[in-house]
Amino acid sequence: MARMTIQDKLALLSDAAKYDASCASSGTSKRDSRDGKGLGSTTGSGICHAYAPDGRCISLLKILMTNYCIYDCAYCVNRVSSNVPRARFTVDEVVWLTTEFYRRNYIEGLFLSSGILKSSDYTMEQMVLIAETLRAQGFRGYIHLKTIPDASAELIERAGLAADRLSINIELPTDASVKAYAPEKDPVQIRGAMGKVRLTGEDYAETSYKGRKRGKFAPAGQSTQMIVGADDANDATVLGNASKLYGAYGLKRVYYSAFSPIPDASAVLPLVDPPLMREHRLYQADWLLRYYDFGLDEIVTRNGDGMLDLDVDPKMAWALANRDRFPVDVNRAEKAMLLRVPGFGTKIVDRILAARRNGAVGLEDIRRMGGRVKAARPFIVTKDHRPGHLLDADGLRARFVKPKQMELF
Amino acid sequence: MFAPRLPRIGTFEAWRDTARRLTLANVPVHEVDWGIAGEDEALFDAPLPEARGEIKVPAQFAPLARNLIPVRSGEGMALGYALLTRLQKERGLLSREADPNVARARELAKAIRRDIHKMHAFVRFREVDGPTGRRAFAAWFEPDHRIEEEVAEFFANRFGDMDWRIETPEVTITHAGGALRLEARGGVRPAAGDPLEELWTTYYSNIFNPARLKPDAMRAEMPRKYWRNLPETRAIPSLIADARARVTRMQEAGPSMPAPATLRRKEHAMPRASDEEPGLPLDDAAPTLPQLARDASACTRCPLYEPATQVVFGEGPANAPLMVVGEQPGDREDISGRPFVGPAGQLFNEVAAQAGLDREQAYVTNAVKHFKYVQRGKRRIHQKPAASEISACRWWLEQELSSVNPDLVLAMGATALHALTGNGAGILKRRSALEQTRDGRDLFVTVHPSYLLRLPDEDLRESETARFRDDLSRVQELLEERAA
Repeated sequence: MARMTIQDKLALLSDAAKYDASCASSGTSKRDSRDGKGLGSTTGSGICHAYAPDGRCISLLKILMTNYCIYDCAYCVNRVSSNVPRARFTVDEVVWLTTEFYRRNYIEGLFLSSGILKSSDYTMEQMVLIAETLRAQGFRGYIHLKTIPDASAELIERAGLAADRLSINIELPTDASVKAYAPEKDPVQIRGAMGKVRLTGEDYAETSYKGRKRGKFAPAGQSTQMIVGADDANDATVLGNASKLYGAYGLKRVYYSAFSPIPDASAVLPLVDPPLMREHRLYQADWLLRYYDFGLDEIVTRNGDGMLDLDVDPKMAWALANRDRFPVDVNRAEKAMLLRVPGFGTKIVDRILAARRNGAVGLEDIRRMGGRVKAARPFIVTKDHRPGHLLDADGLRARFVKPKQMELF
Repeated sequence: MFAPRLPRIGTFEAWRDTARRLTLANVPVHEVDWGIAGEDEALFDAPLPEARGEIKVPAQFAPLARNLIPVRSGEGMALGYALLTRLQKERGLLSREADPNVARARELAKAIRRDIHKMHAFVRFREVDGPTGRRAFAAWFEPDHRIEEEVAEFFANRFGDMDWRIETPEVTITHAGGALRLEARGGVRPAAGDPLEELWTTYYSNIFNPARLKPDAMRAEMPRKYWRNLPETRAIPSLIADARARVTRMQEAGPSMPAPATLRRKEHAMPRASDEEPGLPLDDAAPTLPQLARDASACTRCPLYEPATQVVFGEGPANAPLMVVGEQPGDREDISGRPFVGPAGQLFNEVAAQAGLDREQAYVTNAVKHFKYVQRGKRRIHQKPAASEISACRWWLEQELSSVNPDLVLAMGATALHALTGNGAGILKRRSALEQTRDGRDLFVTVHPSYLLRLPDEDLRESETARFRDDLSRVQELLEERAA
């Protein structure tokens, strides 16, 4: 076979990396290269340098070091039993691509993942070497390293010292599914590795007896990804597992990735279109749990089918199902209740709280401050509006459901 | 009528100076026609009034104004001045979020921040010949607003080790030898690209997932007006056109059988840890501590196993003379899988060392082996185990007791006392004394170290900690008596 060019490898190894949803480059410590001795900066908030036609942000050079893999995870295009062509980047090739792309302002940094080559420790060490070489050459941009769960503690520590973020994928919503579809992966070991990352981070955050810190360990924290739609776990299970992970390991993010058809698929998984709306609703629910003080049981009832409503967003679904809690008087209600009004985000609520100290707020004021009045209208009372019978109308839900597109016949 | 014409570079500083003078002279908003020098002629122009005195504004005004001045239509300069004059009488104006001026200012500032953000994101450098040893790059960009001064710092912070130049239709930003310079001199759109653009487009095309086609979402964040300066966007039409067919091909191709070579590779894959373990003995011999710990890891005797991440079994020498029993693992123990490593465990270690009690010689465990908590947002808050959970977990505690067979047991806190004696009431009255466990072992009673951590009163905490230390010294004496 002819030797692969770097372009051939890039095509293969980025194609293989696209099933990882995360592309975040935010939340790390602030750095710059104003001193002229290095390259790169981080500002705390991420930057999307381009958007692909799938609507997803391209912030990082997201590639695999190699797509050779000794594992056989059914949902993965790189599993050992797949017939995709294989390639492997050298350390220097990844370093070159990252810095040259970075110099042209194409990316914020590198998100490096990999198939398992030879052994977990060998693979992890090669990945760590890439991050360490970049840092040694003065690269101050963002680095996200996928961590291999059974890599040694020493390698995980080195990874965290070179990278901004570490992530270990939980892969599937239940332990049973992991065992069924990723036979070589061990959910207990995956969680153990997340625990190691959390505890190492806490050790580094503690000041020594001299009041100095030992260094920065993964300043942008850790994240994970769960594939939805490959097994039959319902949304209650998915969100329940996610909130447990947030609590136990202090994760910055849990990413939900709709299982999407892969070339050269395994026979045990469905080749249907990815459940994109379900994925979207899961992210919305995740946000309500973390920033709007909703409890899991309020968002998905475990006695039903445990699924989120696909037609309306989870906050609207909650409001429709709990109409006795409405209407909310925008000029009097507490912050917690304002946050539960459909169409009001955290920023709008803060603005309403500031504005109403200077006089009663009306519908037009809310519109000016950026609230979605159409969604909020049936659920609120303002100085110039009462929902009247609208709130109890049978057809209320239908007003918020997008009509299905008509097809040509 | 005043018609200040501000310079294209240093616009904000000039605006601030002018606005200050006009405010001090009480010039009404409608008598000022703001503009940029050289862009539009002023019809009337009175010389600016002299500034006397000073004016005060809330801290959030300057950052807001900085995001208003770049607005290309000039509306921002006028609105900024309107806010400044109103602020002299209405100090709380900026918190009146529903005020039409304030709401409009927020809206304009948001548009400017977005324009700045998009320029940070969408500038594309191409390599050019540099004069010195430093590498040199150049870029062309067309911002909606006059934001060049606001973005220059970002690029200087980011590309510190290279020379670069960003040209817009009105301004040239140069970074040479580490020095940043802005000039009101527009450039022209270059014809040439960069050799790396082909690799970049390869990446862009391959990171796209055709099964998730959402071109509207893409265009919302990367509007067409930017496309002509983004080399990768030339791939978009064909990526969109082929997407559905690619997915259909994947679905029609269906699952594939692995090639023989890959199956051979799979056979040589790493063995799993569990494959190497010898089978467990199935005789009646008492299980060893490691066997017990392994069995406990699959325990579902009470519902606590579900929310906890793992079982936290006891640890220490297999024939330790002392067995210390605490309540249950906490947040940190649950993550690390080891007992007594959290704040209460650390306090115990500290006080034990002061009391001359060798922690390493003791077997330490908990009455309940899973962490019980309620979750509030991301935080896990400790909950006291229920009697049913204590009694379900006694199964393990009793096996630990008979396996270690200690000379003395130390119960710390009501939960441990309950598990070991069947009654946990009145711990503060029963502390510092010897009792008997259910199976007749000597049991010394003391409080749980977390009780000391929770005491709000500092004097009380000190005296209670001293008493805890005395208890541990007493335990050490009892152990020495028994060893003698």
